[in-house]
Amino acid sequence: MHGANPSMPASHGDDHGGGASHASVRGYVVGFILSVVLTAIPFALVMSGAVPASTAVPAALALGAVQMVVHLVYFLHMDRASTRTWNMAAFVFTVIVLVILVAGSLWVMHNLDVNMMPGMMPTE
Amino acid sequence: MFGKLTLDAIPFDVPIVMAAVGGIVVGGIVVLGLITYFKLWGYLWTEWLTSIDHKRIGVMYILLAMVMLLRGFADALMMRSQQALASDGGAGYLPPEHYDQVFTAHGVIMIFFMAMPFIVGLMNLVVPLQIGARDVAFPYLNNMSFWLTASGALLVNLSLGLGNFARTGWLAYPPLSELHFSPDVGVDYYIWALQIAGIGTLTAGINMIVTILKMRAPGMTMMRVPIFTWTALCTNMLIVAAFPILTATLGMLSLDRYLGMHFFTNAGGGDAMMYVNLIWAWGHPEVYILILPCFGVFSEVTATFSEKPLFGYTSMVYATICITVLSFVVWLHHFFTMGSGANVNAFFGITTMIISIPTGVKIFNWLFTMYRGRVRFEPPILWVIGFIITFTIGGMTGVLMAVPPADFVLHNSLFLIAHFHNVIIGGVVFACMAGFNYWFPKAFGFKLDPFLGKVSFWCWLVGFYMAFMPLYALGLMGMTRRLNHVDNPVWHVYLLVAMAGAVIILCGIGAQILQIAYSIYNREALRDVTGDPWNARTLEWSVASPPPFYNFAQTPVVHGLDPYWDEKQKGLDHKPLPIYRRIHMPHNTGTGFIISGFASALGFALIWHIWWLAIGAFAAAIVAAIVHSFDEHRDYYVPSEQVAATEGQYFKQIASQEA
Amino acid sequence: MTVQAIQSEPISAIADTIDAHEEHHDDGSTTTLGFWIYLMSDCILFASLFAAFAVLRGQLAGGPGAREIFSLPYVAVETAFLLVSSFTYGMAMISMGRQRQSAVLGWLVLTMLLGLGFLGMEVHEFADLIREGAGPDRSAFLSAFFTLVGTHGLHVTSGIVWMVVLMIHVLRRGLTPANQTRLMCLSLFWHFLDVVWIGVFTVVYLMGVA
Repeated sequence: MHGANPSMPASHGDDHGGGASHASVRGYVVGFILSVVLTAIPFALVMSGAVPASTAVPAALALGAVQMVVHLVYFLHMDRASTRTWNMAAFVFTVIVLVILVAGSLWVMHNLDVNMMPGMMPTE
Repeated sequence: MFGKLTLDAIPFDVPIVMAAVGGIVVGGIVVLGLITYFKLWGYLWTEWLTSIDHKRIGVMYILLAMVMLLRGFADALMMRSQQALASDGGAGYLPPEHYDQVFTAHGVIMIFFMAMPFIVGLMNLVVPLQIGARDVAFPYLNNMSFWLTASGALLVNLSLGLGNFARTGWLAYPPLSELHFSPDVGVDYYIWALQIAGIGTLTAGINMIVTILKMRAPGMTMMRVPIFTWTALCTNMLIVAAFPILTATLGMLSLDRYLGMHFFTNAGGGDAMMYVNLIWAWGHPEVYILILPCFGVFSEVTATFSEKPLFGYTSMVYATICITVLSFVVWLHHFFTMGSGANVNAFFGITTMIISIPTGVKIFNWLFTMYRGRVRFEPPILWVIGFIITFTIGGMTGVLMAVPPADFVLHNSLFLIAHFHNVIIGGVVFACMAGFNYWFPKAFGFKLDPFLGKVSFWCWLVGFYMAFMPLYALGLMGMTRRLNHVDNPVWHVYLLVAMAGAVIILCGIGAQILQIAYSIYNREALRDVTGDPWNARTLEWSVASPPPFYNFAQTPVVHGLDPYWDEKQKGLDHKPLPIYRRIHMPHNTGTGFIISGFASALGFALIWHIWWLAIGAFAAAIVAAIVHSFDEHRDYYVPSEQVAATEGQYFKQIASQEA
Repeated sequence: MTVQAIQSEPISAIADTIDAHEEHHDDGSTTTLGFWIYLMSDCILFASLFAAFAVLRGQLAGGPGAREIFSLPYVAVETAFLLVSSFTYGMAMISMGRQRQSAVLGWLVLTMLLGLGFLGMEVHEFADLIREGAGPDRSAFLSAFFTLVGTHGLHVTSGIVWMVVLMIHVLRRGLTPANQTRLMCLSLFWHFLDVVWIGVFTVVYLMGVA
């Protein structure tokens, strides 16, 4: 589909990597409501101080992860439409690298602190 | 007005630098004068500088890489001669502050501005042709990627005559690279050259991935993609996943230097080790970014010159994918000695050993491809054979150092230097030379002289062993890297041998320049009429040499691996089409060149703290990009008559050859 | 028409589709895939900054910690701005699918205002911190905080500039296929920034205060 062709069929949107394809007002509303709920819960947990940090932190992380998935599905339209295999493959590869980078750095640097700076660990 | 920039920035008191600068300035004036005299500016601008033809961009990348090879090799000769002179009581001729710039510049130039542009250039030249495409997915972006890389190279070379370069080693570890210990502009040159070139590399990577995924000829399923293109795909995935880490890490270092932050400083809670951790999280994948396409080159050359299909194509593909993922879990082996403890070191030692397995698979595939083949010993395959032997040795010394206790002895010794030159010269440089000899006729329409090619190969091979085997011994004897002078007569003789090796490599480079010059002079005799000088297998050889700018008059349909070989077997190759259709092509554009010019100015301004210029250049670059987005006349149709005429010329040429 | 689609057709159909294949130089799906891959690289950029923040978040160097400088109600309002702007951009894309140009422009203006509101709050927060002596040069924790959040803010800024340019494009030439592809790419970018913000408010603000 080159740039000068104005008569693009509407169904062609299916080929695009995200955005409007499969978009419906309903999808955005559902995604929005879920996001509001998933944002409100961790904020409430931390701000009220109802639960100790040892519970609130993992809960916030888990809810954040869930909300990311909600955004990916309802806003970025990451689903299993066959035309977007490569988008999904790139995404999976990126998540693998991301997890390796963040978790690996924390693991390496934590062990470094424990071994090289005993007694100087930051107190939190 | 000019920030930190004053006339004192020019090192008038260093005769070596001034002589080099003088040579470059005189040479530059001569070249510019010749271009003006022959009235080539218009041709250069319309046909090359603004070209979005992937083949021309590939050629420009490789030209940049070869010029930078000369610069980087001059640094290498200076280091070898300095150590040879300064290991027996003498002081040598390079004072430490100059020597430190030389080894830093050598590493930076060879990795970022020689190896990377060479590899990216080969991919640009070959990949679209191999997959039956007319161009890359984003031709404008391709032009800009090249010029951003060139702009980084410009900044590095500017540091020679204006200010100085980093004295920190090629990865600029803090705290040495922090403002407190490196207050001058050297590290800033390093940072901005790499940031600008890095953006170019990233956009080139995105472009190549989309090209391979979306623009393959009909019928070319992923398991029919030529192996060089497969390795190009994996390498570019690594580029996209790894280069942002470099960008972020250098960004944090520059925030430390420019805004007084405390990421990697000694004070304020900074952690220099975090820099080491992050830079290698990019740096190790970078090693595979360089080597994977080289494996692809070797695969193509081996199959062609053995006249056999590649042995174990499928295993080659999976080995490449394995390496792509595994390359992200080995980075700590570059700093076992940092002190992360036994469990961390053991994990990364084991992963390092594991990653050598898929590489071993590939070595056997090449050997089995040659086995019972009719190997024609032309220059490209000589480089492959030299590679297999040299790379295997280098790989094994690497596995030695993957054992953490052994690494504690060998870390930062010349053993390490010998190891990585063994794999980078034996792997990457040899592949560049193999690919250069192999695809040169495709790019220019005539072969390179084989005799001088063989001279160059043997000089490189012998020179390499003479230059680096002594370094293994020296490393085991305890000599560390980056020493300006040593007082140890026992080491002196080894350093002399290494120096002699470097001189032999110099002869190899000389033979290469001679080979190019003589081949241009003798081009009629070396002319490639058919477009298939090597009796090769993949689609790039099915069109004329050099290919028409639109590559294929009609998009080929692929029915298997080695599609061109199949056509030849069925006698279907080189048949004129009954009818030619018009072809849709993009226009050339100067936007990439202009934006990169502003990027160079931006980098220069940031290095010298010329804030008004930095703001102006940044704004200008953004405006240029926005203005370009309003250009609605980006493409045109090549009329069918022109296509028919071009193709007719080609078939006439083949017919005259056969007559 | 993608290559995969061609492969699923019978061989005889291939010859007919070749010509169509050749016309596909500026295919919108090619551009969006390219942009998606750029976003993946941006993910890794943010991952590096998150890693740096996670490693350095305890290094206060005697300076203020998260509890002393962060105000969660303030962050909640910022978050609301960004989340609502994601929704309004989604509405713009739906209007685009229905070819309603003025509705698209209306939703884009609303999105832009919400984005500006978010940015204004962030700049205000930064300015307050710097005034109180808790600037990025105070400690490694604050360096990492300003850099991570500031990089996200710079992304939002470039998104807004891009939005303005796209509005001019749409005003000049309407919802052409090229402009639709551009709006699609910006939509991916905008939603992506919201996803990154989820990571920021969770890891930086909530974990810091908890």
